[in-house]
Amino acid sequence: MFRNNYDSDAVTFSPTGRLFQVEYALEAIKQGSAAVGLTSKNNAVLVALKRNAEDLGSYHKKVIKIDDHLAIVLAGLAPDARVLSNFLRTKAMESKMLFNRPISIQKAANLLADKAQQNTQSYGSRPYGVGLLIIGYDESGSHLFEFQPSGNVLKYKANAIGARSQGAKTFLEKNFESFDDLNDAELIKNGVEALRQTLKDSELSTSNTTIAIVGKDGLKIYEDEDVEPFLEQVTVEEEGGDDDAQDGSGDERMEEDGAAQ
Amino acid sequence: MEHDPFKWGRPDNATYGDYDYRISNAKNTEFPSMHTQQPIVTGTSVIAIKYKNGIVMAADNLGSYGSLARFSNIERLIPVGKDTVVGISGDISDLQYIERALDELEVENDYDGASHPFKANHIHEYLNKLLYQRRSKLNPLWNAVVVAGINSDNEPFLAHNDLLGVQFSSPTLATGFGAHLAIPLLRKVADKEEDVAHVTKEQAREAILQSMKVLFYRDARSSNRFSLVTIDKDTGISFEKDLKVENMSWKYAETIKGYGNLQKF
Amino acid sequence: MSNTIASEYGHTDTSVPIEHRFNPYSDNGGTILGIAGEDFAVLAGDTRHTSGYSINSRFQPKIMDLGDDLVMSANGFSADGDALIRSFQQQLTWYHFNNQNKKLRPSSAARLIQHLLYGHRFFPYYVHTIIAGLDEEGKGAIYSFDPVGSYEREQCRAGGAAASLIMPFLDNQVNFKNQYDPATGQARLKTYLKLDEVLNLVRDAFTSATERHIEVGDCLQIKIITKEGVREEFYPLKRD
Repeated sequence: MFRNNYDSDAVTFSPTGRLFQVEYALEAIKQGSAAVGLTSKNNAVLVALKRNAEDLGSYHKKVIKIDDHLAIVLAGLAPDARVLSNFLRTKAMESKMLFNRPISIQKAANLLADKAQQNTQSYGSRPYGVGLLIIGYDESGSHLFEFQPSGNVLKYKANAIGARSQGAKTFLEKNFESFDDLNDAELIKNGVEALRQTLKDSELSTSNTTIAIVGKDGLKIYEDEDVEPFLEQVTVEEEGGDDDAQDGSGDERMEEDGAAQ
Repeated sequence: MEHDPFKWGRPDNATYGDYDYRISNAKNTEFPSMHTQQPIVTGTSVIAIKYKNGIVMAADNLGSYGSLARFSNIERLIPVGKDTVVGISGDISDLQYIERALDELEVENDYDGASHPFKANHIHEYLNKLLYQRRSKLNPLWNAVVVAGINSDNEPFLAHNDLLGVQFSSPTLATGFGAHLAIPLLRKVADKEEDVAHVTKEQAREAILQSMKVLFYRDARSSNRFSLVTIDKDTGISFEKDLKVENMSWKYAETIKGYGNLQKF
Repeated sequence: MSNTIASEYGHTDTSVPIEHRFNPYSDNGGTILGIAGEDFAVLAGDTRHTSGYSINSRFQPKIMDLGDDLVMSANGFSADGDALIRSFQQQLTWYHFNNQNKKLRPSSAARLIQHLLYGHRFFPYYVHTIIAGLDEEGKGAIYSFDPVGSYEREQCRAGGAAASLIMPFLDNQVNFKNQYDPATGQARLKTYLKLDEVLNLVRDAFTSATERHIEVGDCLQIKIITKEGVREEFYPLKRD
């Protein structure tokens, strides 16, 4: 492997002003399976591809509920995501306990960013090896944020992370301008289509697809047979397409979505 | 052999027992640290009533030191954000502590770019947790607090909170003496939540002014100068300071019958 | 330091000045009542909130819907009651996160509440707590607790200010205590009451308690748990 003298800890800059450990952490996200997030005026949607390490094993959980109005999807090290989601759940509860109001999505994203940033500035600690998309609905409407282990948090209209997410991004860039006025079903449809662009020789199925939608009426997470109607919608419209091969285990890279369930 | 040089030349633990570190940690002050056991400078009643579109609330400007009218220009109605006013009675130093806590809270909340201002119900919840936490440490903030404003559903909100963390809500609220003298007058205007829809701003204001007068007549710790605030869900907060109790009558009550031994049954 | 109140010398100060201490408790009145039927349970309470002789609020409902077809009320010192219910709700949220949204059974809720209460054994929540729900067989379940967490499943229980007025009435009307057949002298056999009978009992209990107890009145809140879910009814009570 490539090596250099400035990547043995997260606190030493290289002479060119880079923090290699942090950049490597960003690479870990690309090892995880793809996830897509997109927003309309009234809804925010996540569509994610689940992976299973072996045919006999279960699929890794991708979407984690934080509160009735807030959810995240992860790409990268799942155990790290669990730490972050438990942290965020605590903060969401704190907001309810102290102020009797759901935590704002912007605030939630900022809290995660601050937590991740700390790991990039103390010797001996490791940046989180996971990227997140955060969706939520609060008093200022629907929101989508991308979280990175570098401590960056940015607001998006639509975005994708994980393995081969560039395909989804291209699709979203082409179509995002029409998303604002879509209803929930149409928005999910676009999300599913975007996720399709990340596949090489596999298909979306009920067992490897997770869908989450949040809006005025709260959060709904669809798994297994519940995603069927959304998949059908898409396959009916574009017949032919890709021929199926193997199962939905995504790409040939190392499995990084950890084992903790 | 004792290897720790810090223990050399000291009485041996085996012989004399462990050194009691409370001795070296004891504070070298005249008094031990104390929790509030009684209020010192106090403010008297806060009264409030809901009307169709909002709330009227009032409190006088006096800070009493026991029976001494010590400070005559204390503001006890504290605006928090754009649609909440907190009325505080009880200890004035604790009032000022709460004032600072609320100010800090707002600054903290504004750090996030997107603005998510606190509404009246959020402020009330926070104060309730603060007061209950302090009572649970047996170190209470010696106050009764009325939170008036507009809540997250854009409806008038009125709730009471005290030094024990006891919390309740009602169309009319009053702390201290006001609970005995003003509440009966205010409940004539709005007794049930359903009545509120028929109460106008003018009626509510009139009832509050009348109650402030009765309180000044009968509460020996009150003053005739007060502040009044109207929080309307359409027009927001309007503050009136330096109001005075008007149209008082201190005439000898010669026409009043029914006191003492003249009482007829 | 001039305030020595005791030392090894026996002849120094022995009298201690009277201390005025802050009392962290108060009593906010009100009464609650839970009755279990064969396939339902009800939990009722008045909505008056008091301090001493003052009525703070005529409408401060205290029967809380916890989700999972469970209702709860903690009557007594209302600040503690509110705090207990909030901490229970928070625990329940974590239970759902950690157990794939599994529904919490009344028996498990009861055990959790015992721990929440006993955790404050030496600075207790000053409340009488009752929860109501349906057990695994779909039968009505009432659990009641003392302030430090002792609990028991019962057919019915009254708590709070007028508990001592209502409980004997319930013993007689729900558990048929002291009811004998005049002909045979046999004790009346226990049977389940129907929902409308129970609702009438609850309303009678509260109108009577309102007559005789100054801290009870204004409005009656009843939550009814059936297999269809939780519904709520309100009835006026005397406001004097």
